[in-house]
Amino acid sequence: MFDDRSPIYLQIAAGIKNDVLSGALKEDEQVMSTNQYAAFYRINPATAAKGFAQLVDEGVLYKKRGIGMFVSPDARARLRAERRERFFADVVEPMLAEARRIGIDLDEIIKHLGTRR
Amino acid sequence: MIELRGVTVRYGNAVAVHDVTLRLPADKIYGLLGRNGSGKTSLLGALTSYRKPAAGTVLIDGVEAFENPAIARRTAFIRDTLDLSETDRISCAFRLAGRLRPSWDGAYADRLLDLFQLDPGKRVSALSRGQKSALGVVLGLAARAPLTVLDESYLGMDAVARTLFYREVLADYLAHPRTIILSTHLIDEVADLFEQVVVLDRGRVLLHEETETLRGRGYTVSGPAAAVDAFATGHAVLGEQRLGGVRAVTVDGRLDPAEVARGEAAGLAFGPIGLQDLFVLLTSQPLEASR
Repeated sequence: MFDDRSPIYLQIAAGIKNDVLSGALKEDEQVMSTNQYAAFYRINPATAAKGFAQLVDEGVLYKKRGIGMFVSPDARARLRAERRERFFADVVEPMLAEARRIGIDLDEIIKHLGTRR
Repeated sequence: MIELRGVTVRYGNAVAVHDVTLRLPADKIYGLLGRNGSGKTSLLGALTSYRKPAAGTVLIDGVEAFENPAIARRTAFIRDTLDLSETDRISCAFRLAGRLRPSWDGAYADRLLDLFQLDPGKRVSALSRGQKSALGVVLGLAARAPLTVLDESYLGMDAVARTLFYREVLADYLAHPRTIILSTHLIDEVADLFEQVVVLDRGRVLLHEETETLRGRGYTVSGPAAAVDAFATGHAVLGEQRLGGVRAVTVDGRLDPAEVARGEAAGLAFGPIGLQDLFVLLTSQPLEASR
């Protein structure tokens, strides 16, 4: 489920963000408790708690005292905006670098993209 | 809180544990990692007061632990001998555990026996290595002791039994939080359960850290030998490999994005390493380098 090459709490946070982006987790929907999450994914509950704390810090989740954690009402819109900002740097640039390495020129890429319209 | 202050364990002239000082806050799952002969069992013996250290003290919640019956009742230390008589039947071992320990949960012990497919009528002497280990896990977990220490409890267990063991440790910890220390060198299998790890190397604590902090520590750098050499200067290199003009080194530390960008421009490739690799590299260094 998780790999041990990067902190698991970051992998947890990334997974939940993807669920929010895809709509699998709805706004104001309750997320699993840290213990449920730990039991489900077989990880230490402190690790799960750290992942959730990170999401609360980033405003993706909010806490209701004594009840649990919920998806923030604006989480999806904010995550989308963030990812869109990073899309060209994180996705397009590495693709162009690979294209340069293997000798695919820009025209070829544009032509290919045209067929996907 | 468990506190070890300058604990040394000696067998005659041989020093198994050398001046170890550790603070382990309560109610976490700890992994004690180390190669064979690194002093894991000796350290655990001292920590659980099964063995009097040659020097130093162990305090549990601020109280000296050695020969303290109240602390002994709250401690379960499962080592490979199981501290049972070979002719005892499992059911008899359970009755004894129930008498000695106020926290013993007999119903849970029976459930675990079922899980590991052990017959309560069997004598200890009739159990296989893996079954003995499983019985140890049952005795350790069902004791529900505030300090539960399982020393290499996976020995001889097959992959299925080990998976059940790890699953049960986590499930029971979630239901009944307490301090659990597991010693192992099968890091890949259990690391996800550990909140913190302590790595012993030749009787000394090599590191004591949050497991999460260790994930992402260490990385590989590979590429043309000259470029790798230039990068390696000024970094702590743990290991290296060479194949023709290509060189790969494993470096201790964390990747700095700016450094990665510069390195990639110079033709270097970077990759993460796993916990098991990090452990192997850290505990296979020559003596001078690790101090």
